[in-house]
Amino acid sequence: MDFDFTEEQTLLENMVTSFVRDSYPWEVREAIVKTEEGWKPENWSQFAELGLLGVPFAEEFGGLGGSVVDTMIVMEQFGKGLVVEPYMPSVILSGGLITSLGSKEQIDSIVPTIISGEKRYAFAHSEPQSRFDLFDIKLSASLSGDEYILNGFKSVVFGGPMATHLIISARTSGEQRDKEGITLFLVDKNAEGITTQDYPTIDEYRASEVVLENLKVSKDMVLGEVGKAYDAIDEVVDKATIAVCAEAVGALQVLKDSTIDYCKNRKQFGQPIGKNQSIQHRLVDMMIEYEQSKSILYMACTVDLSDATERRKAVSGAKARIGKAIKFVGENAIQLHGGMGMVDEYMVSHYFKRATMLGILFGNEDYHMKRYSEITQADVIKITDAKASSIAFN
Amino acid sequence: MDTTFSPEDVKFQQEVRSFIHTNYPNTLRESIANKRKKGEELTKDDLTTWHKILGKHNGWSAPGWPKKYGGAEFTPTQKYIFEQECARSECQIVMPFGVNMCGPVVYTFGNEEQKAQHLPGIISGEQFWCQGYSEPGSGSDLASLKTTAVREGDYYIVNGQKTWTTLAQHADWIFCLVRTNPDAAKPQEGISFLLIDMKTPGISVRPIYLMDGTNEVNETWFDNVKVPVENLIGEENKGWTYAKFLLAHERAGIAGVARSKKAIERIKQIAATEMSYGEPLIQDPAFIRKIADAELELTALEYTELRTLAKDAAGKGPGAESSILKIKGTDLQQRITELCMEAVGYYANPHTGTTLSNEYVGPDYATNLSGTYFNFRKASIYGGSNEIQRNIIAKMVLGL
Repeated sequence: MDFDFTEEQTLLENMVTSFVRDSYPWEVREAIVKTEEGWKPENWSQFAELGLLGVPFAEEFGGLGGSVVDTMIVMEQFGKGLVVEPYMPSVILSGGLITSLGSKEQIDSIVPTIISGEKRYAFAHSEPQSRFDLFDIKLSASLSGDEYILNGFKSVVFGGPMATHLIISARTSGEQRDKEGITLFLVDKNAEGITTQDYPTIDEYRASEVVLENLKVSKDMVLGEVGKAYDAIDEVVDKATIAVCAEAVGALQVLKDSTIDYCKNRKQFGQPIGKNQSIQHRLVDMMIEYEQSKSILYMACTVDLSDATERRKAVSGAKARIGKAIKFVGENAIQLHGGMGMVDEYMVSHYFKRATMLGILFGNEDYHMKRYSEITQADVIKITDAKASSIAFN
Repeated sequence: MDTTFSPEDVKFQQEVRSFIHTNYPNTLRESIANKRKKGEELTKDDLTTWHKILGKHNGWSAPGWPKKYGGAEFTPTQKYIFEQECARSECQIVMPFGVNMCGPVVYTFGNEEQKAQHLPGIISGEQFWCQGYSEPGSGSDLASLKTTAVREGDYYIVNGQKTWTTLAQHADWIFCLVRTNPDAAKPQEGISFLLIDMKTPGISVRPIYLMDGTNEVNETWFDNVKVPVENLIGEENKGWTYAKFLLAHERAGIAGVARSKKAIERIKQIAATEMSYGEPLIQDPAFIRKIADAELELTALEYTELRTLAKDAAGKGPGAESSILKIKGTDLQQRITELCMEAVGYYANPHTGTTLSNEYVGPDYATNLSGTYFNFRKASIYGGSNEIQRNIIAKMVLGL
């Protein structure tokens, strides 16, 4: 049992840390998010050169064959730098769906283009009514000859504006909330029948609303088996959720550390405010929330993710716990920064906003608490042994 | 990063499990279960039998001690497994005062005679220890202690009062912080660490009854108690260093993750048995949420402890980070005891095993759950209150 990174993982961490330090200082990041595109394509090329776009893919495609620990390492550092380039949506989420469901031909032709940085995918999945339920899909796809005709609406597609291609989930059979009958389609974002409305998010990332009107997609562009995409979506989104947790832990570390620094330097009544016990105890509680978040992230990265029940329990447990920490650390970071915490120009509010939105992404604390509980409270055995002893700690 | 057990660890786990299965006495299990059911205090035999059995088996009563002092010298992973297995089988805990507190101070700072005199008895469980730290006027501000030890020839003459002395009624020895230099520049600088035989004339122990009716703690009075100078640990007036070392060790063991895990399993079983709104309580969303909250906090704490152990194994002893384990571990114990009490509804009320009633009512699993809840308010107060722990982290870790 150990919590050490391998030599390769340490190199990876150092590489991403250097990128964030050298290519993503605060002023640079501020300039990037204010551009019309809202990201920097040169950074994407740099990711490709550094091999970052290949981290989760198999070595035979030029990837690094990394595990969730490797993507955790990347995302934690990205969280520390509030890196806006769409790594999670494109590489981890879309890349994960393609390798999980794609045919050999699809994987062979698409994955190298993701690793090289030439193509970027976004997963157009959630709909206004579905909230966090991954199976609640109305957007329809009906077969007409060799083509599917897609009609419907996708909401808040992360990384949509930067994407060259979309993976669109559609209902090919069954009712709106059936797990059966969901099919994924690979489409070029410029295809006729797709209209996107791109917009900035409150935390300065970019997303799209996507409207499909009689979008024609060839049968060859179905990803995986028709109507059978749900289990893979559930699994890949779970792994992407671990990445989101890692990004959040990175952001929480900056929130915690910058607040501690601020309280050491900000003087009121002739002394640093960090000399006050009420503030010291709050900072300690923020630090504990951060450490507990990091711990439960490590738990999620080290359980057996090939077991679906274990995976759901671990991922939902981590996301719920980290969701709680995000609120505590984020809100208190602003509170202890006082007026400076409210100011757009100062970086702490940006970390707070990003962490808060990560708290919602793929399901908030309540959603994951329920998903977690449904697993852990099932099959509990009633007490029938009359001699059952009472609880004792000591 | 890997949290699976190596084949050697799996083998060790099986070894521990089978050792417990073969050697944990059924008579002890029944004796303790009966007393808990009746709300009676455990006897010295109940408290030490398992300790004595472990003490005869490769030093298993002292998992963290070096082999050369008779301990088991488990690896961090082995320690973790050992605790898990003992909790899983609901073994009586080994009292921490000798093994976790006094022992490490003796083998780290004591001389050869002291090691030879005390370590074997701590391992074997023949010597029952208690802790003489707190005084009526010195709780969190431990360094303000007033009990004096004045050197007269080959003896220290000890006068004063210790309080909250856990299980002093059973103790053969007490380790004490005493003031040897009342004129030191700082209160911390005049303190010494003394080992005192509880049979020495002039020591008296008076019970303190806690709100659940138990006599866990006592007042211990010292009236001209003659203590041989060879019972001084380390140097005179350097006791504060040893005291702090001990406190860090004390906090490290205090998280109780394995026991809390077992207790949460138990709450779930109780909640599956108890009914609310015509359905098992385990189906009540409000109650489920509380259990899940506690479970997740515990999962996170388990990994925080494992991370701390891994650091420990890398040669950095328990530092101020162990304060996190104390805060979160005791917070969880309190939440769990609260949920247990909540789970049994009205049967939280009966207080059996008292002078007023030896009658026993309600389901067995409900016995004394409220007593345990009330009793466990102590956890965030002892071992340095959780507010003091926050002060320690603020100063030592955050540098505030």
